[in-house]
Amino acid sequence: MNAKQVDKIATGILYTIAGFVILVLLALLGYILVQGVPNLSWHFLTAPAEAFSAGGGIGIQLFNSFYLLILTMVISFPIALGAGIYLNEYANQKSKVIEVIRTMIEILSSLPSVVVGLFGFLLFVVQLKLGFSLLSGAIALTFFNLPLLTRSVEESLRTIPNLQREAGSALGLSRFETIGHVILPAALPSIMTGVVLSAGRVFGEAAALIYTAGQSAPALNFADWNPFNATSPLNVMRPAETLAVHIWKINSEGIMPDAAAVSAGASAVLVIAVLLFNFCARYFSKVLYRQLTSSK
Amino acid sequence: MVEPNQLVFTDEMPDHYIMDINEDKHEVALSAQDVEVYYGAKQALQKTNLKFERYKITSLIGASGSGKSTFLRSLNRMNDDVGTVKGKIMYRNLDINSSDIDVYEMRRHIGMVFQRPNPFAKSIEDNITFALKQHGIRDKDELAKRVETSLKQAALWDEVKDTLHKSALSLSGGQQQRLVIARAIALHPDILLLDEPASALDPISSAKIEDTLLELKEKYTIIIVTHNMQQAARVSDYTAFFHMGEVLEYDLTRKIFTRPKVQRTIDYVNGNFG
Amino acid sequence: MDEIQEALTKTSKATKKDRFGRSVSLLALILILAVVISIFWFVASKGLATFFKNHVSLWSFLTGTKWAPGQVDAHGKPLVGAAPMIVGSFLVTFLSALIATPFAVGTAVFMTEISPKRGAKILQPVTELLVGIPSVVYGFVGLTVVVPAMRHLFGGSGFGVLAGSMVLFVMILPTVTSMTVDTLRAVPKRYREAALALGATRWQMIYKVILRAATPGILTAIVFGMARAFGEALAVQMVVGNAALMPHNLMSPSATLTSILTQGIGNTVMGSLENNALWSLALILLLMSLVFNLVIRAIGKKGAM
Repeated sequence: MNAKQVDKIATGILYTIAGFVILVLLALLGYILVQGVPNLSWHFLTAPAEAFSAGGGIGIQLFNSFYLLILTMVISFPIALGAGIYLNEYANQKSKVIEVIRTMIEILSSLPSVVVGLFGFLLFVVQLKLGFSLLSGAIALTFFNLPLLTRSVEESLRTIPNLQREAGSALGLSRFETIGHVILPAALPSIMTGVVLSAGRVFGEAAALIYTAGQSAPALNFADWNPFNATSPLNVMRPAETLAVHIWKINSEGIMPDAAAVSAGASAVLVIAVLLFNFCARYFSKVLYRQLTSSK
Repeated sequence: MVEPNQLVFTDEMPDHYIMDINEDKHEVALSAQDVEVYYGAKQALQKTNLKFERYKITSLIGASGSGKSTFLRSLNRMNDDVGTVKGKIMYRNLDINSSDIDVYEMRRHIGMVFQRPNPFAKSIEDNITFALKQHGIRDKDELAKRVETSLKQAALWDEVKDTLHKSALSLSGGQQQRLVIARAIALHPDILLLDEPASALDPISSAKIEDTLLELKEKYTIIIVTHNMQQAARVSDYTAFFHMGEVLEYDLTRKIFTRPKVQRTIDYVNGNFG
Repeated sequence: MDEIQEALTKTSKATKKDRFGRSVSLLALILILAVVISIFWFVASKGLATFFKNHVSLWSFLTGTKWAPGQVDAHGKPLVGAAPMIVGSFLVTFLSALIATPFAVGTAVFMTEISPKRGAKILQPVTELLVGIPSVVYGFVGLTVVVPAMRHLFGGSGFGVLAGSMVLFVMILPTVTSMTVDTLRAVPKRYREAALALGATRWQMIYKVILRAATPGILTAIVFGMARAFGEALAVQMVVGNAALMPHNLMSPSATLTSILTQGIGNTVMGSLENNALWSLALILLLMSLVFNLVIRAIGKKGAM
């Protein structure tokens, strides 16, 4: 066999592999959507779940997922922003200490989410006696979310040229003022892209939640918005099964007759949500691209 | 006009010649005393002693890596993060290189303009008012007045007076650089440090910047780093020649370009590097 | 002293703001470090209790094949042998990586070298999207598609290591592919040009130049995928069968560290041996993720040389 024949065969194999992978990936997406979308209805999206009979919805779980996402972002974004700012703007980049700190953050990002969830369980549910609650869940998800979000903030800040920082210093502005008024606004689209992408991850996370936010979704009174009442949707001390946890729960121990249909519908909702997050992230990076190109 | 080719070499030339400014006759705005700069263990600037006269333009010339930019950036402590600066920098009888001095306050009085124009991604107007507002100037009329006068002083007013709300990034490179100069002088500094402000610009923009500098001289003490010897000769009153991390000669500009006292200076202004 | 001299020697508002900003942002960073340290501290102290408080020997824990933490063996020693789970975890991890690697690398090569245009148009968005799909969705598809298929093909329940590996294979495939694509794209263009200019065919260029140059990056991508597979809990738990037995073949129901953990931690009493033993499994997970981290670092260092 000469080199040309080998080349042809190899190319054929590569086409086959790529074709197979496309097939698998599209089949996966298609399966989820085809199985799930027919189950989607207003009733399904809003009704509470049924434990023993068919016809239940995912209303409370869907609300819980979004509420938990918002809580997590509210807690984790300021911390990640602060840490990212310190790492990129204040820290001495050559310092060994900073190198160690970066490594530790990287290790946190690579921890299995189930370990992070168990830690949250131990600390918040058991030691601090917060019980299975949205708050425990949000803090566990924060731990899970912090390293990636911090990294993305840091990287967004790094793309802003030093000239801008020097401009601020030369005008007698403190670094803090320059960061707040010049660097952050310029980095905002890129930071938002990171936030939205991490939101997709948080939205679909389940392993970190089963022992922190819990696996039950008590009935909520959607007329009561006082966060201190037990049945208020806004109460952060109540247990809150999310959509992702729900899928896991009904598949591993569910006894409802339509578990397959409910999980298919719920999976489709999760995938569509991730799709939406992806589109938003793309939109932000387009804004960023436009900003960058219009400046030259 | 300078005719460097007429410069001649004699046997008894000194290695260094640093002119001293008589402080009884001339007002000194800034003086560097035994200033040294280290990047890590590496010495980037040897002990330097220079005095800068008020309302004059002083050029710092020399090849790349000669230490002129390093020295300039030390004068308002822009090197604080990257290196160690030793010695004294006297301004208004205070050593601004000491830790008692508030760096941010000091930089309001000693402004700096960089080689590459670096306007903020804000409107032309906001580029000028932003720092003013941060420093506590809130009065609208005062802000508008500062915008107008600084843009006029930087010879940019006529070109942008109708488009003050447009993004500063839409300006040409030369306009951006004049905007950056306007932004610096809007703070009413005492001293302006310019690090090769025209080197990234075309000849026409560069000429405009030079005109601007000559006008600004009436109100500001200017220290400018330049690669361009013609530019140094045209705009400055004093010139310091840097070589391999030290000042070899400091004198009136016309003397540097007509009768330099140090062999290296002769070589440099003649264009013989080697 | 005149006004300016006074202003120069006083602490300005800007300095105060800067001190504030620096402290607040440092505080945020310290908070993250505190989280990392306390995770290790808590999990280690719980996980080591099995050995120090309950006096289970480390060796019997790692090699014992009987996992029945409530019971004792003939010598009165508790039955906490974690070997079935450790073997299960490593098996699904290696198998899934083994299957995923040729597909991921082949697809990445296709996307960057053979058909960059179609690659960018179809494969890029699809892989990026799939990277973000929640693992429970993979678990659900595994449960409804992979497990029945296994049952059909090989008989038995369909739950087992093979089903777990298949689910993990599809799950890590997008991650490994997109990381490999990034490494291949980072290979300088001149390498390709030089190879083609020497008369190499496209395959020779890919095989002898591109893949060689990108080896450290591809290895990193694979190890990264393995780390993800090793730590994945729910998707595996849904299809692996969750029987804490030594897997005697790929089709027998078995367990992984994560699957036993998620199942058991809620059903045991804090502080009991049963519970401590589960924390020891969590500690193994934690240490393994450190090991994966070290391996990635080692590859990175070697690649830089």
